[in-house]
Amino acid sequence: MKRTSPWAQRAWLILPLLAAFLLLAAAGQARAAVDEGALQQLATGDFGARIAAIEAIGAGGGEEARRVIAALGAGELGVLDGRVVIVRDGRVTDVGGAVVEAAPDAVDLLRVNNRVRRALATANAALDLSADDATRRLAAAQTLRDNASETLLPVLERALESEQDDAIREIVLLAAAKVNLNADDPAKRLKAVTALGESSDPAVKALLEPFMAQDNGTWREPDALVREAAAASIAAIERRVAVAQNIGTVFSGLSLGSILLLAALGLAITYGVMGVINMAHGELLMVGAYATFVVQGLFRAHLPEWVDWYVVAAIPAGFLAAAAVGVVMERSVLRFLYGRPLESLLATWGISLVLIQAARVVFGPQNVELANPVWMSGGVELAAGVVLPWNRIVILGFAAFVLFLVWLMMNRTRLGMFVRAVTQNRAMAGCVGVPTARVDTLAFAIGAGIAGLGGVALSQISNVGPAMGTGYIVDSFMVVVLGGVGQLAGAVWAAMGLGIVSKFLEGWAGAVIAKILVLVFIIAFIQKRPQGIFALKGRFADN
Amino acid sequence: MQTRRNFLKALTLSASIAAIGVPFGAQAADTIKVGVLHSLSGTMAISETALKNVALMTIEEINANGGVLGKKLEPVVVDPASNWPLFAEKARQLISQDKVAAVFGCWTSVSRKSVNPVFKELNGLLFYPVQYEGEELEKNVFYTGAAPNQQAIPAVEYLMSEEGGGAKRWVLLGTDYVYPRTTNKILRAFLKSKGVAEADIMEDYTPFGHSDYQTIIANIKKFASEGKKTAVVSTINGDSNVPFYKELGNAGLKATDVPVVAFSVGEEELRGVDTKPLVGHLAAWNYFMTVKNGENDAFIKKYKDWAKKNGVPNADTVVTNDPMEATYVGIYMWKQAVEKAKSTDTDKVIAAIGGQTFKAPSGFTLTMDKTNHHLHKPVLIGEVRADGQFDVVWQTKSPIRAQPWSPFIDGNEGKQGL
Repeated sequence: MKRTSPWAQRAWLILPLLAAFLLLAAAGQARAAVDEGALQQLATGDFGARIAAIEAIGAGGGEEARRVIAALGAGELGVLDGRVVIVRDGRVTDVGGAVVEAAPDAVDLLRVNNRVRRALATANAALDLSADDATRRLAAAQTLRDNASETLLPVLERALESEQDDAIREIVLLAAAKVNLNADDPAKRLKAVTALGESSDPAVKALLEPFMAQDNGTWREPDALVREAAAASIAAIERRVAVAQNIGTVFSGLSLGSILLLAALGLAITYGVMGVINMAHGELLMVGAYATFVVQGLFRAHLPEWVDWYVVAAIPAGFLAAAAVGVVMERSVLRFLYGRPLESLLATWGISLVLIQAARVVFGPQNVELANPVWMSGGVELAAGVVLPWNRIVILGFAAFVLFLVWLMMNRTRLGMFVRAVTQNRAMAGCVGVPTARVDTLAFAIGAGIAGLGGVALSQISNVGPAMGTGYIVDSFMVVVLGGVGQLAGAVWAAMGLGIVSKFLEGWAGAVIAKILVLVFIIAFIQKRPQGIFALKGRFADN
Repeated sequence: MQTRRNFLKALTLSASIAAIGVPFGAQAADTIKVGVLHSLSGTMAISETALKNVALMTIEEINANGGVLGKKLEPVVVDPASNWPLFAEKARQLISQDKVAAVFGCWTSVSRKSVNPVFKELNGLLFYPVQYEGEELEKNVFYTGAAPNQQAIPAVEYLMSEEGGGAKRWVLLGTDYVYPRTTNKILRAFLKSKGVAEADIMEDYTPFGHSDYQTIIANIKKFASEGKKTAVVSTINGDSNVPFYKELGNAGLKATDVPVVAFSVGEEELRGVDTKPLVGHLAAWNYFMTVKNGENDAFIKKYKDWAKKNGVPNADTVVTNDPMEATYVGIYMWKQAVEKAKSTDTDKVIAAIGGQTFKAPSGFTLTMDKTNHHLHKPVLIGEVRADGQFDVVWQTKSPIRAQPWSPFIDGNEGKQGL
C-alpha cells in the first residue's frame, strides 16, 4: 500500500528543520512580528513548504512565533481566505492577536499528526527553557529530558549556564547526560553515566544497559571505569524504580478500595444496618452520577467561569437527588416489605429496572460525557513511570470525608442513635418512644444519599450511563458481606483489603485471573466466617 | 464484533419487555418485506439503535425513489434485546413468519454465530455490517464490515512506518472474548513475520466492563520505558474504553509517546468521553464522519434530517460511523442485486450480488467480491480530535480485497483463493 498524503514523504524533514529553527530562535529573539511570506507559505503551501515555513517563523523567534507554534500544536491555527488566523474559544484573531471578523466555521484548520505534534512539543519546550516562569521551565526541562537528542545539546548547555533553580538544573543535567552517553571522550561518558545514576526512569536504565553488553567477548564499552559506573547507576535506578512501583501499586489498591468503599457505604447502611436487600443500590449511584451531569450542564450554561468547580456543587446535588429517590422508594414500596427479604429483593430489582429505563428515556441510551475539572486532571509524578492521578487522590480524600460524616452521623447524632437502637431491637426502641417508621425512612434516605455521593465520585473516573449501576451492585454487596453485615468499620477494611489484594494480584496474574482469584477468596472466606470480618455483637430483634 | 456483559440485565429486560415484532407501514400486498434485527434494549442498544435508524432511513430513501422492482420496501423491526439466543428466535420469526426477503442486522460476533444456523437452515439472507475477526464464510451471509486485513493489519503497518512513529514494541490489549483474542492471534503472527521479537510483544486482557485500568497503564508505561518506541493496539470493547482513556490521560501517557490505535472506538463511542486528553490517539476504520466528499455530506445530512424528523434523542448531535455506513451500503448492494436478478429469491440474489458496485460515503466505489461475500473496502486511519471526531492521517489509495481467512492463522493456507 502506498501512502497518499505528500507529507508522508516529507515528514522526516521536520525534525532537523525544527532543531535548526530552535537554534536560530534562541539566537535572535529580537524581532516580534512573524515574517508575512512565511505565514503565506504556511497557509497555502503543501506540507513540505509548511515545514519550511514553520522553520522560518521559528527562526524569527519572539512572542508571535511562540503563539503561532502553540496554536498549531493545539489545532487552533487555520486558514481564512488565504491568511493564517488563530481560532480560540470561538473567536478568530490574526497571529498578532487582532480580532478578525469571521465565523470560526469558515476557517480551514491546519492538521497536525503525531510526528508533527512531537516535534512541536520539543520545539515548544526548547523555547520555554528560557522562559521567566519557573514552572514552565520545569515542564520544558521534563519534556526535553524525555526527548533529548543531539541537536538539542546547545540549548541544554545554554540552559545549564543560566539556570538558577536546582530542581530544573538537575533535570537538564539528566537530559544533557543522556546525549553525552555517546560522546567520544571517555571522561565525558563517565560523567554522563554517573549523572544518570540519579535518575529514577526505567528508560534511562535501558540506555545504560548497552554499556554492560559484550559483542563476541569484547565489551562494547572499552573503558572499565565507565562500565563500573554504569553498573552502579543501573543498580541505583533499579532500586528507585522498584520502590516507586510498589508505592504506585499500593496507591492504586487504596484508590480502588476507596471507590469500592464509596460504592458500598450507602449499602452498608441500607443493607448492613437496616437489613434491606436493595438491588436498586447501583441505580442510586447512577442517580448521583446523573445529578453530577446535570450540575455540569447548568454550570456550563450559566456559570462558565466556575465550571471547574461543578464537582463541588454536585456533592450536595447528588446527595439530595439520590436521597429523594430513596425516600420515595422507602415510602411507596419498601416500608410494606420489612422483614420479607425475598419480596424486597424482587421489588427493589423491579425499581432498579424502572430507574434504568427512566434514565434511558430522560438522558438517552448513550453514556453522557463528564469532563474532569482541570484541578482533577493529570497527576503527581512520583518517579518516571509512576504517576498518582489527581482525580484518584481527590476521590481517596473524598471517601475519607464521607466515611467521617457517616461515622459522625451514626455515633454523634440523635438520629444515629435511633437508627442503631431500631436495628438492634425494633420492638424495644418503639416501646421507649422512638418513631421507628420515620427513622426507617430517614435512615434509608441517608443510605441512598450516600450512594448518590458515591455516584458523584464514580462519575469522575468511570462511565455515566443508564446501565452503570449494574456494574457496581456485585462489588458493593461483596464489600458489605465480606466486611460483616451491620458494621461500617468492616466495610472500610473489606474495601481497602479487596482493593490492595486485587491490585497486587493483577500485577502478578493479570486482570482476568485476579478477578477470579478475588471471588474465590471471598467464597472461601464466607464459608469459613459467614458473619464477615467483624461480627455484630448483640442481637437483632428481627432475627 | 462486540459481545458485552450484563447478561443478567439482558435477561431481565428480555423477560420484562415483550419484544415483539413491530411491523411498520401499511400491509399492502405489493411490498417486499425486509427484516431489521438489531438490539433496541439491553447493553448493545447503545451501538445498535443507530444501525436500526440508518436501516430505516435507507429503506425510506429507496421507497421515495420508487422502491425495488416497482414495489415498496416494508421494514419489519424486531428487538432481540442483546440476548444472543433471542437473536436466533427473532431471525427464525423474520424468515419463516414474516417472510422477509433479506435481514439487516447483528453487531456482536456471538449474535452472528447464533443466527448463522437459522439462515442456513431456512436459506435466508443476512447482511452483517460490523468489522469482525474473520474465520467465517457463510453462503447466506454478506459481510459489509471489515475483515482483519481491512482494518487491523493496515493499522499496525501504519504505526510501524516512519510517519506513524516507527513503533518497535507492541502492547496488544483487549477485552477477554473471541474477537480480541482472534485479532491478536493474527496480529501476533503478523508482527512475528515482520521480525518483531516475542519479548517485544505484550498481550493483556481484561474482563467485560473492567473499569480500573491503573495496573494495566502502569504495566504499559513500564513496558514502553524499556528502550524502544512502543504502540498499543486496543481491542477493548464498549464501556471499558471510557475508564481506559481517562486513566491514560491522567497518567500522562500522550499519543506522541505511546500512541493507542483502537478498532472498536468510533464517533459514537467517543460521544461519552471527554476527548481533550485523547488527541492524537488513533482509530482504524473504513469510514469516518469527517471524510469530505459529496456522498458523505449527503449521507450525514440525510441522517441528521431523519433523526430530527423521527425524534431520535439528542438529534442535534447525532453522528455517523463506520457500521452505519456499512449498513447503508449493504442495503443498496442488496437492492442492486435484486434488480439485477429481477427476483428476491435468495439463491438468485446471491448469484447476482457478486461484482455489484456502489459509490459509498467513504468516497470510494465499493465492490462486492465475486466469491467471498465481503466488500472491497478502503482503510482509513484517523487521529482523535478535541471535538471527538477524527482527522484522517492515512488511507489506502484504493479499496482492498478482504481475506476472511487470515493467512496469519495456521490451517488457512488453502483458503486464500476465497
